[in-house]
Amino acid sequence: MKRTFTWLEIYRWPMLLFVVITSGVLSALLGDHIWDSLSWLLLSVPLLVIALCLLIPNSWRRAKLR
Amino acid sequence: MRTNRVRLWYRLHRWSSLICTLFLLVSCITGLPLIFHDEIDHLMHPGHSLLQTASGHASVSLQSLVKETERLHPGMHPMFVVLDEQQPTVHVTLSRTGNGDLSQRVIESYNAYTGARIDTDVPGQDFMDYVLKLHQELFADIPGELFLGVMAVVLLVSLISGAIVYGPFMRRLEFGTVRWNRSNGLPWFDVHNVLGIVTLCWMLLIAGTGLLNAISTPLFAAWRADRMAKTLTPYRDLPPVSETVSVDAVRAAAQLSLPDRKLTAIVYPHPLYSSPWHFLVYTEGRTPITSRIFTPVLVDARTGHVTSSQQFPWYIHALEVSRPLHFGDYGGLPLKIIWAFLDIAFIAVLVSGLALWWKKRNGSQGVLDLGRDSNLNSEVSSS
Repeated sequence: MKRTFTWLEIYRWPMLLFVVITSGVLSALLGDHIWDSLSWLLLSVPLLVIALCLLIPNSWRRAKLR
Repeated sequence: MRTNRVRLWYRLHRWSSLICTLFLLVSCITGLPLIFHDEIDHLMHPGHSLLQTASGHASVSLQSLVKETERLHPGMHPMFVVLDEQQPTVHVTLSRTGNGDLSQRVIESYNAYTGARIDTDVPGQDFMDYVLKLHQELFADIPGELFLGVMAVVLLVSLISGAIVYGPFMRRLEFGTVRWNRSNGLPWFDVHNVLGIVTLCWMLLIAGTGLLNAISTPLFAAWRADRMAKTLTPYRDLPPVSETVSVDAVRAAAQLSLPDRKLTAIVYPHPLYSSPWHFLVYTEGRTPITSRIFTPVLVDARTGHVTSSQQFPWYIHALEVSRPLHFGDYGGLPLKIIWAFLDIAFIAVLVSGLALWWKKRNGSQGVLDLGRDSNLNSEVSSS
């Protein structure tokens, strides 16, 4: 039987992504040039996370991360 | 969280989602080409890009361009002169009726330096207008806009309730789990969870900015009733102007009052779009953030003097910023491409959510059934 995750364990990745996306959205709004590039970098993070989750099997990820 | 409460949030999530999903699918799909509106316009008007070689300030007389447009369309009334410094072009809009009905309008575009007319009679333009109309008002004008505003509120409810039920459902699942090899709708469930929670922040942004855009008409009405009315009190008893100063004089007066700002549009005196006694000149700043913030300048149409150049109130500023934040067209092409991918993820969240509901409706008893079992843990962990 797997153990139950705590609230913090469940929401830590979503919260991190929340911060990353917010920073990415604001970065391009408040500045140009380097800030635009920073925004592209930050906003590709959620896309990358989605790709990783969908393409790489969970079992493989677990084995590598631990 | 108590199971009862989870079930309540879960129901709220399901029903709010069901209400808005169909309209959101329309919005997301039409939104995809709208992200690349500028690029598509450029493709359709290859002539425009040639203009970018020119430089310096626009010097052609705006009044002569308005005259030329009136000559091309006799009997029509000038409504707006839009100054596009980047292209650089001048667009003159005339209306057939003069009562503010913009469906009866024509737009002529001119090179801002030479005054040469640019042929904009390209069929593709109409197509993008069509897509935009579907996206922002479902072809139903202001009622359509407000209806989509309500859908944006329902979407916000759905997103928040979805984020709340995410926790209980993930108690025994690691972040990002997708069980492709399982049946019973589990892959749909997992994909919905992963895409939904990862793009949550972005979807909230799109819903919130979409809501603001949808209520822009009442917001502007509020501004007119609030600030404009005060400014216009001394004019109240005057008849609407018939003879106006030249639009070049208006441009000069507005530029003189706000020398650091870029003039983007001049609106002819009109009770709906400006004031019966004034030209309304829109100006924007020149830095990334101030270029989103417009300041309106009211120029007396009879005297050519500036009546007011006060800032918009905060709610109009919020509206102005919400436009680029909604369409993602404020950080170059890479940002637009990212926006498009996030939009596709949004569509996938909608489709997977719909698939889940369909499966459950057809009696499939999977992990999603919070039914009678009071022990949520065993339900979720039956995987």
